[in-house]
Amino acid sequence: MTESNGHSQTNGEHYVGTRTIRPDGHDKVTGRARFGADFNLPGQLIGRVLRSPHPHAHIVSIDTSKAEALPGVKAVVTRDDFADQPSEFVPAGEMMMNYKDVVRNVMAREKALYEGHAVAAVAATSAAVARKALKLIDVTYEVLPHVIDVVEAMRPGAPLLHDDLFTAGVEPKPEKPSNIAKRVEIKQGDVEAGFEKADIVIEREFKTAAVHQGYIEPHAALATVSEDGSTELWCTTQGHYIVRAHCARLLGLDIGKVRVTATEIGGGFGGKTVVYLEPLAIALSRKAKRPVKMVMSREEVFKSSGPTSGATVRVKLGATKDGKFVAAFAELKYQAGAFQGSPVQPGTMCAFAPYDIENVHVVGYDVVSNRPKVAAYRAPGAPISEYAVESVVDEIAKKLDIDPIDLRLQNAAHEGTKAAYGPKFGPIGLEETLNAIKKTEHWNAPLRKWQGRGVASGFWFNIGGETSVSLTVNEDGTISLMAGTPDIGGLRASLAAVAADELGVPYDKVRPIIGDTGSLGFNFLTGGSRSAFSGSMAIVEAAKQIRAELCARACKLWEAKPDQVEFSDGAVRPLGALAEKVKAMTVADFAKVAGKTGGPIGGVGRINAQGAGPSFGTHLVDLEVDPETGRVSILRYTVAQDAGRALHPAYVEGQYQGGAVQGIGWALNEEYIYGADGKLQNAGFLDYRMPVASDVPMIDAILVEVANPKHPYGVRGVGETPIVPPLGAIANAMENATGIRFTELPMSPPKVLKALKEKGLARA
Amino acid sequence: MARVELVGNLAQLTGGVAEFNLPATSVKELFAQLTALHPELGRHLEDGVAVAIDGQIYQDSLLEPIGPDSEVFVLPQIAGGGFTQ
Repeated sequence: MTESNGHSQTNGEHYVGTRTIRPDGHDKVTGRARFGADFNLPGQLIGRVLRSPHPHAHIVSIDTSKAEALPGVKAVVTRDDFADQPSEFVPAGEMMMNYKDVVRNVMAREKALYEGHAVAAVAATSAAVARKALKLIDVTYEVLPHVIDVVEAMRPGAPLLHDDLFTAGVEPKPEKPSNIAKRVEIKQGDVEAGFEKADIVIEREFKTAAVHQGYIEPHAALATVSEDGSTELWCTTQGHYIVRAHCARLLGLDIGKVRVTATEIGGGFGGKTVVYLEPLAIALSRKAKRPVKMVMSREEVFKSSGPTSGATVRVKLGATKDGKFVAAFAELKYQAGAFQGSPVQPGTMCAFAPYDIENVHVVGYDVVSNRPKVAAYRAPGAPISEYAVESVVDEIAKKLDIDPIDLRLQNAAHEGTKAAYGPKFGPIGLEETLNAIKKTEHWNAPLRKWQGRGVASGFWFNIGGETSVSLTVNEDGTISLMAGTPDIGGLRASLAAVAADELGVPYDKVRPIIGDTGSLGFNFLTGGSRSAFSGSMAIVEAAKQIRAELCARACKLWEAKPDQVEFSDGAVRPLGALAEKVKAMTVADFAKVAGKTGGPIGGVGRINAQGAGPSFGTHLVDLEVDPETGRVSILRYTVAQDAGRALHPAYVEGQYQGGAVQGIGWALNEEYIYGADGKLQNAGFLDYRMPVASDVPMIDAILVEVANPKHPYGVRGVGETPIVPPLGAIANAMENATGIRFTELPMSPPKVLKALKEKGLARA
Repeated sequence: MARVELVGNLAQLTGGVAEFNLPATSVKELFAQLTALHPELGRHLEDGVAVAIDGQIYQDSLLEPIGPDSEVFVLPQIAGGGFTQ
C-alpha cells in the first residue's frame, strides 16, 4: 500500500485555506441553533440562587424551613449539600484545581467572600415561586470589613479573606496569613548589570481595571438525575468533559455516570471554563427527583462569574542610545478575586516575550480580595503585562527618536531567541507581522489634529492537549465528523475542511458535530487557542486509519498485495498491471459494500497534541480624541498576526477582529466599578460599556503565515493573541494624539477629560 | 547528558540550584532523577509543569524522549483558557 498523500481530491479541489460555508451558519442566522437556555425537559423545575448582599461576611446560620414549606418548592440546597474538599491541587483534565476553593466558590461555606457569592439555591415549579422562596430563606450574616483594591489587599492589616492562606514562593515561609497567595518569578541574565549598560531607562507604573469576558449568552444549565444516579446535563461551556470532572468530584459521582452535552455557545473567551450553576442544578435535581433548569441573569453574570484581574504593573526597561534593549524588570500585582489563582504566572512569562533581551526579571503577586473569583480571559494575564511593556517600548522609541516599528524590529524575538521563561523559539513570525504593518498604506496615512496613531505587538504561547475525534463513513459515502471540544470560533468548518482534504471527499459531504461526553474519549476544553490546532491533528490521524482500512479492503477484494494499491485523489487505486484488471474505488464505493467487506468504516483520533507554535501579532490603530468630552473614537484599525497556516481564513480574520474589538473595550471603557460599600455599581450592559458595532470601524486583518513545523498543515492557534496588543496600541495612539501618557485603564471619557484639563488642553 | 534548567519558583525547592546535567532519556526519567536529587520537587513535577526540550514545549507527556545533548527547561504549566481556578 502506498499513499501519495491524503490531501488530494476526487474533484481536484482543496478546502483547507478556503472560505467554506460554515456548517452551523444556517441554524444560527435563522434562530434554530439551540443555546444553553433553549433546552427544556418535561416536568422541569426552575432553579434560582440566593446570593450574598455583602462583600465579606461570616455566615452564622441559614434557615431554609420557610422556603421548603412554600407550595411549589421541590428542593433547597445550601453548603450542607456539598461535601467539603481537601486543600490540594489535583489534575482535572489538564487544569490544576484546588477543590477546596471550587466547592466554596460554587456555594459559600464559612464566609461570603464577595457580593453575589452563592449562599443557597432552590428549585420550584415556576420562576415566580423560586424567587418567592429565596426571600423566605433566612441567612444570618456577621458582616466583616472588606477589601477591593489589589494594593490595599496586600497591605499588612488589610481585611483578611482566608486565615489559612500563607504566601507561597517566599523564603522564609511566612508565619502569618495574608491576602498574597503566591509570589512568582521569572529571571534570566543579570538585570542590575544590564541596567548599568543602558543609556536610557524608562520606569512607569500602570493600573488596569477588572474586566469581564462579556459573552452575550449567560450561563445556563439543565440537569436531570435518575433514580440510579445517572446524570445528564446540558450546559453552555467551553469544555463539557471538564464540567463532568468538576461535577463528579463536587457531588461524589462516578464520571461514567455523568453525561454532559455542550450546547451551542454564545461566547466564552475563557469565562466558561469553570462551573457555577452546573453542580447546583445537579444537586437540586438529585434532591427533587425532577429535571432542573437554571439560567443566570446578566447581573448575576457580572457579579458572580469570573472577570479577569485588575492589576498594578510596574515596568522598567533600559536601552542603549542606538535602541538595543539591555535590561528589563517588571512587578505585577494581579487580583485573583476571592480565591487564589490569578493569571499572574502567564503574565510574568509573557511580559517581555516579544523581545530578545539578555537580562530580564519579572516578579508577580497573586492577591485575593472581595471580588468574584477571576476566570480565564483570552490569553490570561498577557494583555495586562504586555500593555505596560508596550507603553514603555513606545516611550523609549519617542525618546530615542526611532521609528516605533523599527525599534521593535531591532529587538524582536526570532527563531533562536531564548525567551525569558526558558526555551528558545523555533520558527516564529513577529518580524513578519511588524514588516506587514509597516508596508500598509495605513502606516503612512495622514492624521489631523486630535488624531493619533499607535502600534504594539503581542505574544501568546498556545497549547495542544488531549483530544479525541471520530470520522465515520456513512452508507452513502458521506462523512460524519465528531469532535469533543465546543465550537466557539469555527472549529466545525476548519475540521470539516481538513477531513475533506484528507479523505478526498467534497466539503459538503462532511457533516461535523460536537459529541457529548459519552460519545468520545476525553477532550480537554476549548481554550489556549488549541481546538483547531489539536483537532486537526486528530482528524489527520483518524483519516489515516480510514485510508489504511480502505486499502486493506481493496487488497482483499482485488486479491492484491499492499504494494499494488495506493490511496490518492479520494480513491484506492490499483497500481501497475493490476490497473488493467480492476477499477479504482472511491470512498463512496467502499461505503456501499462496507457490510460485505468487514463492517462499518471509520477512524478515531486520540492524541495528546504537542508542538503548539507560539503566535505573535502586531496591531496598528488610529483614533481621535474629542477635547470637549474626552470621548475617544477608533478611526482605523489593522491587525497582522502569524496564523502558521489559516485552515479557514475568514474565521481566522474573525478571531483577529474580535480580539481587537474586545481590546478596544478593555482599553477605553470597560471596568468593574465598586462603591465604598464593596458592591459592584455597574452590573449591566448599560453601565458596563462594551463596544458595539457602531463604535468600531472595519478591522483590517492581515494573515501572516509562518508555518508551524510541528503541525501537519503548519497551524498555530490564533484565538488569544489578538487581544494582547490592543491595550498598548491604543495607549500609544492616545499619547500620539494628546502628548499625554495614560497609565491607567480604561481611558474612559472622564479620565481623558480630566487629563486634558490638567494639561490645559480641554476645550470648553 | 542533557542540560536541565528549572525556571521560576521551582529552584526554591532545590536550595537555589537551578541547573543540572542529567542522563535522562525521557521526561519520566527526568522527573525521577530530579525527585531523587530533591524529593520536595516531586509533588510539583507531578502537579503540573511543562517541559521544553530543544525549544519545543511539552505538557503532560511523560514518554517524550530527551536526547543526550538536549537543552531542557522545566517551567510552569501553560494552560491557556483554563488556568488554575
